[in-house]
Amino acid sequence: MAQTEVDIHGTQSAPKLSAEHLGMAYERDGQSMQVLEGINLDVADGEFVCLVGPSGCGKSTMLNAMAGFLSLTSGSVRIDGEVVTGPDPRRILVFQERGVFPWLTVEGNIGFGLSKLPRAERQQRIAHYVKTVRLEGFENSYPSDLSGGMKQRLQVARALAVNPDVLFLDEPFGALDSITRVIMRGELLRIWQSERRTIFFVTHDIDEAVQLADRVVVLSSRPSQIKQVLTIDMAHPRNISSTRYLELRDELLKQIGLAYEI
Amino acid sequence: MNSLAQPRAWEKFFWPVVSASLLLALWHFSVVWTATRVFPSPLSVEKGIAELASKHLLWADIGDSLRRVGCGFGLAIIVGVPLGLWLGWNPAANQTANPVIQLLRPISPIAWIPVAIIFFGVGDHAAIFLIFLGSLFPILVACVSGVSSVPPIIRNAGRNFGLSTPQLLARVVFPAALPQILIGARIALGIAWLVVVAAEMIAVDSGLGYLVIDSRNSGKRYDLVVAAMLIIGVIGLALDFCFRRLESIKSVRWGFRSVS
Repeated sequence: MAQTEVDIHGTQSAPKLSAEHLGMAYERDGQSMQVLEGINLDVADGEFVCLVGPSGCGKSTMLNAMAGFLSLTSGSVRIDGEVVTGPDPRRILVFQERGVFPWLTVEGNIGFGLSKLPRAERQQRIAHYVKTVRLEGFENSYPSDLSGGMKQRLQVARALAVNPDVLFLDEPFGALDSITRVIMRGELLRIWQSERRTIFFVTHDIDEAVQLADRVVVLSSRPSQIKQVLTIDMAHPRNISSTRYLELRDELLKQIGLAYEI
Repeated sequence: MNSLAQPRAWEKFFWPVVSASLLLALWHFSVVWTATRVFPSPLSVEKGIAELASKHLLWADIGDSLRRVGCGFGLAIIVGVPLGLWLGWNPAANQTANPVIQLLRPISPIAWIPVAIIFFGVGDHAAIFLIFLGSLFPILVACVSGVSSVPPIIRNAGRNFGLSTPQLLARVVFPAALPQILIGARIALGIAWLVVVAAEMIAVDSGLGYLVIDSRNSGKRYDLVVAAMLIIGVIGLALDFCFRRLESIKSVRWGFRSVS
């Protein structure tokens, strides 16, 4: 196994995605509740960043704000220097579950964002992404005939098909069983390595973060601030019994405040 | 036998035949024992059906009734679905329109007959207007509630692909709400078939409703009255059966729990 350093994606060049002083407050029962506070983060082009934190800390809020689905109370998100003002096909959010359109076939779902393309090109793209997520033979199946893992792969394919700069994933494997989850991580890494998109991935699973990410961002509990950014200096494929893996995982567990023993 | 037990193949046919036979027997012997001269027995109704079927008029009447339902129901779909999508999408518009809808909704289309005749005179248009009114509200209400129950994730997934509002309504909200809209439309079709008979008794001089009232008025032919009633029942059942077939289309099947 090659023990080369993970290339740190162009730290010199301008960041793909940057969050500046993100602040987010909800109004609830007449009281203002601060969810996010003073968050600064730069993500490089092609980087895989995981966001972890205690349950209810505002991980999803941060992701939705960065993808343009929520408006911020303060601060701004920029992608390639351009301020994010709303959802945009250049950055696609993949939801935890039920994100695929149940009235469309696998092909129809993947082609959903491609209606402006000429027919031949659309068909070619659909075929490419059916193959990328290994759904060959299911082109004309409806989501109700697919397993949970297949539906999530379909959602990733639909997102990739429109050629987004950034992929936001909101606990995409959270609703899957643990075996499927491990398989899906491998699939996502394979796709990420062949397509090289910037990925921003929210998870509550420490192992998932250490297995996937170039860097892991740890949020504190509410009002959430960035507690730590941990670089995972291991090349893929990662040995999950190696000392380094366990060190990094323990470091994250400690940051989140979890015990080593149960 | 409990509610979870699957009926055996022969039971699916056997029990309905038994209940139908019992009903026919009850009807037949009630007529015989009471020695009524007015109410027809099953046998004379059967002769009545044969008599009607041998005349071309019956087929013309069925055709007229179906045509009126088709026009009125079709118009209700054309008006109700886009209007319902729009109201469901705009809470402000819905709040404005909702009191009017809720006030008009419980008024039986039959009560509109005099108004319909003032508007359209005696004729097809009045009947079609009544059917339209009767089927509009179930479609409208199903559409509004269908739109508001589209999961936020589905809406957001659609918004993410850069659709304009009309595109989002057509390509995401409408198909997501379609199973609910179909349920509303099925109820509306049932109402349309009820209303056409009533409307034809007053507003026009053809159709199955007219056949019922005409059979009574011209010579108290109660065998033909009951025959026409049964024909109305069978066609209504057939319409509902045909409409239910839509639920098994693959692009809406996900929204219906039981799949046969």
